[in-house]
Amino acid sequence: MSTLTVIFMVAGLFFFTTATIGFLRFPDFYTRMHATAKGDTLGTLLFLIGLAVYILHHGFHWLDLVQSIKLIFIAVFWFLASPTATHALLRSAFESDLAPWTKDGKAVIEWPPKGGEK
Amino acid sequence: MIREHEDIVIQTVCRFFIPFMQAYGLYVLAHGHGSPGGGFQGGCILAASFILMTISYDLKEVKRRFSEKLNVLFCSLGVFIYAGTGLVCLLLGGNFLNYGKLSKILPTDPVMARYYGMAAIETGVQITVMAIMVSIFLNLVTAGKHEETVEEEDAGDNSK
Repeated sequence: MSTLTVIFMVAGLFFFTTATIGFLRFPDFYTRMHATAKGDTLGTLLFLIGLAVYILHHGFHWLDLVQSIKLIFIAVFWFLASPTATHALLRSAFESDLAPWTKDGKAVIEWPPKGGEK
Repeated sequence: MIREHEDIVIQTVCRFFIPFMQAYGLYVLAHGHGSPGGGFQGGCILAASFILMTISYDLKEVKRRFSEKLNVLFCSLGVFIYAGTGLVCLLLGGNFLNYGKLSKILPTDPVMARYYGMAAIETGVQITVMAIMVSIFLNLVTAGKHEETVEEEDAGDNSK
């Protein structure tokens, strides 16, 4: 059980680290949100699963199981809420005509997009 | 660029979330004696569910489910429960909010009577906090008008 916890925690830490590196290195809002949203979601998920496993590591008691299930609930809600929040942020950025970054500064698509929502 | 409604992803997830948030608010209230939580925190969580409903749907939906009349009623109901519990203790010969005296009318000993008395006033606090928080939020976002006038002005600006 402890080994499993360590594996989950280290995996979660890896994703947090990549998310932070992505946040620091990427050029504009969209790419940064992409990196942090994905990395943080999966990192938190793995951390919480690791903690849920860790609670059960010394013997098996139903109170521990309840706590573990609570942590799993947090993980499930986080897994739903975090991408939705990211979606809302990115969508509002898109609708405020924030142009995506390109390497040579030229727009890849016609910007602001026409024929979208009013 | 103000839309009439938020998009489908946000609406669906909020629709899924709001009942769980409200259930969690009641859980925080019920576990307020032995763990972090209590009336104020539970009430704030309940109010947050209504704020999320305002953000993801619109003001009409919230006012349909939780009208101003109900809001004012809940404000006073919570205070009534709180003060009423205290006054019952006063009438039974104790100090204000001396729950131990409630054992005279409840079929329990003074220790459990304190527990139930505390639960009663926490319920009152929760109801009032929820109603007041929703009221503050609605007054802030609509500048006291309780109507969606601000969004129309924005839409007018964008159409130029």
